[in-house]
Amino acid sequence: MSTPRVSIKDMGLRFTGKRTVSAVNQISLELAHGEVLGLLGESGSGKSATLRALLRLYPEGRAQVSGQIRIDGQDVLSLKGRALEQYRGGTVSMVFQEPGVAFDPVYTIGQQIVQTIQAHAAVSNQDAAAQALEMLERVQIPQARRRFDAYPHELSGGMRQRAMIALALSCKPKLLLADEPTTALDATVQIQILLLLRELQKEMDMSVIFVTHDIGAAVEVADRIAVMYAGRIVEQGAVADIVHRPLHPYTAGLLASSVGAANKGQPLQAVPGSPPDMSNPPVGCAFALRCSRATDICRTQVPPVEHKDGRSLACWLPLNTDAA
Amino acid sequence: MPASASLALPGAAPLRATDSPGYWGTVWAQLRRDPVAMAAAALLLLLVLAALLAPWLAPADPYKASMIKRLLPMGSPGHWLGTDELGRDMLTRLMFGGRLSLLMGVVPVAAAFVIGTSIGLFAGYVGGRVNMLIMRTLDIFYAFPSVLLAVAIAGALGPGLSNSLLALTLVFVPQVVRVAESVTTQVRSLDYVEAARMSGAGAFAIIRVHVLGNVLGPIFVYASGLLSVSMILASGLSFLGLGVKPPEPEWGLMLNTLRSAIYLNPWIAALPGAMIFITSVAFNVLADGVRSAMELRT
Amino acid sequence: MNTSPLIHQDRGGPKQALLEVRDLKKYFPVRGSFGAAGKFVHAVDGVSFAVAKGQTLGIVGESGCGKSTTARLVAKLMAPDSGSMVFDGDGVDEFRGIALKDFRRNLQMVFQDSFASLNPRLTVAQTIAFGPQVHGMSAKDAERLARDLLMRVGMEPDQFGARYPHELSGGQRQRVNIARALAFDPRLLILDEAVAALDKSVQAQVLNLLQELKAERQLTYLFISHDLHVVHYLSDQVMVMYLGQIVEIGPVERIYGHAMHPYTQALLSAVPSMDPAHRTMSSPISGDPPNPIDPPAGCRFHDRCPKAQAICQSQAPRLMVVATDPAHQVACHLNDPHAGHGNAPSVEYAATALNEVSA
Repeated sequence: MSTPRVSIKDMGLRFTGKRTVSAVNQISLELAHGEVLGLLGESGSGKSATLRALLRLYPEGRAQVSGQIRIDGQDVLSLKGRALEQYRGGTVSMVFQEPGVAFDPVYTIGQQIVQTIQAHAAVSNQDAAAQALEMLERVQIPQARRRFDAYPHELSGGMRQRAMIALALSCKPKLLLADEPTTALDATVQIQILLLLRELQKEMDMSVIFVTHDIGAAVEVADRIAVMYAGRIVEQGAVADIVHRPLHPYTAGLLASSVGAANKGQPLQAVPGSPPDMSNPPVGCAFALRCSRATDICRTQVPPVEHKDGRSLACWLPLNTDAA
Repeated sequence: MPASASLALPGAAPLRATDSPGYWGTVWAQLRRDPVAMAAAALLLLLVLAALLAPWLAPADPYKASMIKRLLPMGSPGHWLGTDELGRDMLTRLMFGGRLSLLMGVVPVAAAFVIGTSIGLFAGYVGGRVNMLIMRTLDIFYAFPSVLLAVAIAGALGPGLSNSLLALTLVFVPQVVRVAESVTTQVRSLDYVEAARMSGAGAFAIIRVHVLGNVLGPIFVYASGLLSVSMILASGLSFLGLGVKPPEPEWGLMLNTLRSAIYLNPWIAALPGAMIFITSVAFNVLADGVRSAMELRT
Repeated sequence: MNTSPLIHQDRGGPKQALLEVRDLKKYFPVRGSFGAAGKFVHAVDGVSFAVAKGQTLGIVGESGCGKSTTARLVAKLMAPDSGSMVFDGDGVDEFRGIALKDFRRNLQMVFQDSFASLNPRLTVAQTIAFGPQVHGMSAKDAERLARDLLMRVGMEPDQFGARYPHELSGGQRQRVNIARALAFDPRLLILDEAVAALDKSVQAQVLNLLQELKAERQLTYLFISHDLHVVHYLSDQVMVMYLGQIVEIGPVERIYGHAMHPYTQALLSAVPSMDPAHRTMSSPISGDPPNPIDPPAGCRFHDRCPKAQAICQSQAPRLMVVATDPAHQVACHLNDPHAGHGNAPSVEYAATALNEVSA
């Protein structure tokens, strides 16, 4: 493919108000058709804010988005009015973390999906209902006909999440944004949802940006992983590269501190300190305070993002890949 | 230092125990930045001072009537706000009237605050059947509109200042209990109260240290909203002859006695009403400001 | 009343289990607030286990399994409908047992929501100092203890002591909660999803801290979690719960290496793979964890179990010892040669296996 489906260049997000917070700073991403990107990060990394900015969910007065965002050639930041409404849900759609909160409690699941379908295309009530039902069956909700007429509170967590995916996919978007969709779910339900997302993504040739703090979930669904820290992308690359040969000390720290059978009986290699406060960001590399390899240049200058061999990295002193 | 890495990151300044202003300190600091609330507070302060210092500041004797000087218009020499239907100086009457009106606004609410919070805290903390018993009993009172209830109780007790204060207190107690019980029930189920129960502390200690401080805020806000209601109800009672008796100056009573003067000098007749209005609005604006100041905390 | 540092005596001796729970039951009525004959949520339905001194028992399960309710029953935050509990050989809050207030010094809990577990009106030092003062310590001693504990959990007292909970991060708050629990000098610490809400990098720090404290103070832990990795890391024994009952319990390596119950096996294979070359291809189990209201007769897992047979629907399995390891117990007809399940080992095999183990 010559043009990537999603092209984000130097995107920044700043919240104004009582305090000015630069939630996201100059991130650049590209996503091909049908590719899944895992956006990995912790609190304050700006990963959820990035997704919401992509959907232009923040009100103009309080948040400023800079940079260039193109989805399927369309310039997202210049969209207005009707075009913006069509974009949301039609081109790009989102699945949220808390399935219980994302649905309106006074309408049935079926009604809400129908409303979404009819907001994007001139379709009769019957056709829209048929499409909605088909979507519910596709997300493998058992007894879809009955669930169509159910209210959100009548469904369990896993089923609500499936319903939310059905809602998000009802207008066949080109890009799906998933904001920690499995974090609030039980383990056995989580794996079902992850597998479902993988299947649907392949079937519909959809691009997905999957935000999570759980490396395991990212590994299950993503083709590429971008690691965010303090509003910047510190490392990006193919999933196998990131997991087996991380170059950035933060990525390596995250991987090393993950708990598992291998560490039993020994102290975990924890990354000291905690993520920075974005209203008072540090000078230089945001990770320098916690990094065991930090030197003067790290503490004074922000490392630029460098691209090489399909990977990006923002670090003055990357880990030696030869030693991996 | 053991392997569990210290969180003392370089560059963070140490904080002394005296640095943090505490909860009410933060609320006050927040309130200070709200110009509208501060204006209302200043106005109220002025009114209270005028009322308190009335014996020294007022130009005339509030009881001294004069048949020649009846209903002089505003701006007359010696009587800036004119005189009432019995020739008494309005400015003086308003200032002295403020004492009783403000008293009748504040005292019932303060009393209801104390009584209502105690009952509500108890009901909310204990929960279960006892809670249900208390709340359903109070619901009976709650079912009556406050004006009707106030009139009924005051009517039964008879006119007079202390009776109307009692009547108003009884009207407000159920309302405060309802808010207090609701907030206490919410706080009670929070983890930190469970943790306090796990410490082996007795119910009183838990309520005193953990519940009370977290519950007073919302109750206080609700109660301060009641101040204006209380003033208006009190004035209403006096208007109906159930509160203060003439010749005592009290804004509601003055409204009543000046009724006959409406056609002769409407401005003077409206003055006591204007005072009630201004004071109520000031109370409400201040209560609103305090509520916002408490919300912006986190 | 004790004003010096709170001291505990080991009353039962090293062989006595620190905590023994027998047949705990807790049902919550649904609707019908006057207790009218309605439906009941079988939150905890016949749970028995023991925790040895100095051990960590990990309790795993999904929503509705009853692990949090079990924790609260053990902590005596609510009374069970039936069942008994023995702490270091003594009953609690009963005739000839230890007093409830003394029990509270021995057993403490760290909750999941680090923000909701701290009184927003108190400073961190005040919160920690509250507990010892309840048990008679002077305010000054309590403050000094609070400062020492803050230091121990890795937070500078001068820097953090006067802060309010909303001024701290999640990891810092959880450290404060741990310090608050330690202020009683407890012997058993219940950690109810204590690290679940933390960032992964912070989680590792707190887990290290918990391990250090356990060794330093000879603590016993009851660690409740849905995260199987963390449970594997911390626990010596693991207990798996489903719909208010124990389905499997045993030493950690047995559970993770030779899980016998189909539910445990499903849970273990539901953990996402960390290797991109070997992703999970199919879900080990379908559907959601069911609602514990009026559970069915027979084995509660039978409607989702890939190995269910007729016997599973009619008869509920009891927790029974596994032939090859007496410390490992499972509640499944597959393990019981007498139950009538087609795939259970034969009686002779079971007997031989037991002989080999005990020989």
